[in-house]
Amino acid sequence: MNIHAARLRAKTRLFTLLVILSNVLGDFSLSRGLRQVGRLLTLAPLTYVRALFNPWVALGVSLLILWLLSHMALLSWADLSYVLPVTSIGYVLVALAGKLFLHEAITNWRWAGILLIVIGVSLVARTAPHRSGATP
Amino acid sequence: MKWLLVAIIVSATTLGEVLQAAAMKRHGEIRDFRPGAIGRLIGILARNKHIVASVGCMAVSFFAFMALLSVADLSFAVPATAASYVFETVLAKVFLKEKVSSGRWAGACLVACGVALLSL
Repeated sequence: MNIHAARLRAKTRLFTLLVILSNVLGDFSLSRGLRQVGRLLTLAPLTYVRALFNPWVALGVSLLILWLLSHMALLSWADLSYVLPVTSIGYVLVALAGKLFLHEAITNWRWAGILLIVIGVSLVARTAPHRSGATP
Repeated sequence: MKWLLVAIIVSATTLGEVLQAAAMKRHGEIRDFRPGAIGRLIGILARNKHIVASVGCMAVSFFAFMALLSVADLSFAVPATAASYVFETVLAKVFLKEKVSSGRWAGACLVACGVALLSL
């Protein structure tokens, strides 16, 4: 493997990890903050602005900005149909975080659904991640 | 109401991510991660129409997601919005001309079944 390919692989791993962690931790912080804020079913912008002053919501928003930037960087060299599956292990982490820290109930049907999603994404992740038209 | 929010999130996410992927593909691989270079890059991307449109879509998706989280469990909200995964794979093949193998299609179908199970 040449130096460029090795560097690209290391870079892909680092950014995949960044995308997953910022997504999972961002969603978790948002969910926690929104529980403190209360129902948000309104079109009044001020309600959303006020929600941003909750520290957990603010942390969640910052993490999702980090997610946007690392996601954009990753997409500059990797296929969308590669990026989607490798980052979707986050679904499992989010479900577990919801159960462990927010004490949400996960029914058997939801576990089955999560399992199918995991099998589906691992199938996809095993296919070649290389860019369209290029060799890996 | 929950499912209306899910529909808004799925369509906005799909459109946003495909636009973003198209723009970043055209931009090419990012190699320079020094702070100055990142600043210049953000400046260039902020003037890219596709990126601006994609961030707009993601903002819509984000606020709908916040509204959904305020009325539904996190373990419902996140997997239910995974439907965008299937649509994005279809659009990645059609618009981004990516090579989507049979393994990728099978995976996309399993994800769709998983999402359907979550609604039971």
